[in-house]
Amino acid sequence: MTSGTKTNTVTLRYFAWVREKIGFAEEEIFLPAEVATVAELIVWLKTRGETYQAAFDKPEVVRTALDQTHARADTPIANAREIAFFPPVTGG
Amino acid sequence: MSIRVQTEDFNIGTEIAGLTGGRTDIGAVVTFTGTVRGAAGESPITSMTLEHYPGMTEAELARVEAEANDRWPLSASLIVHRIGELHPGNNIVLVVTASAHRHAAFEAAEFLMDYLKSRAPFWKKEARPDGTSEWVDARETDTAALQRWQKSPSKAAE
Repeated sequence: MTSGTKTNTVTLRYFAWVREKIGFAEEEIFLPAEVATVAELIVWLKTRGETYQAAFDKPEVVRTALDQTHARADTPIANAREIAFFPPVTGG
Repeated sequence: MSIRVQTEDFNIGTEIAGLTGGRTDIGAVVTFTGTVRGAAGESPITSMTLEHYPGMTEAELARVEAEANDRWPLSASLIVHRIGELHPGNNIVLVVTASAHRHAAFEAAEFLMDYLKSRAPFWKKEARPDGTSEWVDARETDTAALQRWQKSPSKAAE
């Protein structure tokens, strides 16, 4: 991957009730250096305000995808460009 | 192998014809159709809205379909999933599997539905007659259904 100032910018996407609680579907953030895993990103997001606290009130319920692939709480974010948070899926 | 995510309805006969037309190697076609129930438990619903994650949905359905094709000797397969606002009685999802013999087609269709339900990023929101609406919770039974395939991957079916 390339290095430089832009590599820490990631797109966050929210779906279903996670989106409703946060209030919008998508945002770009500058990923802090200390955030290495999905779980650490959730902890950091919860410091950003009440809407994030509400969305991640029970972080174990929220599912994550890194670059459109299912991930777990301990998955390293590494060079992911798009990180999505959503409830357990209910299709079919 | 084919997947589609669409707002429009689908016609099962047309889809089967599309998969099997002109082919003589297929001996079995299995279809599963999921439809909207008019009630969630005791509570009637007036409509159901399906949200999804464009891009990941297609990628995940393709992964699930590829896995089924690895496990069973399928001649053809198709997944169609609808999105947007649907009403009781409407079609939601169609899975079609075709194989030379029935067991592979039956098992692969069930596998596709079990995996789709647990992995494909769709979310249902149900609207009630009083104007309120609620996101549907994931079912424990869907997770349990998945474990069956992890314990005993069937390679024997032909």
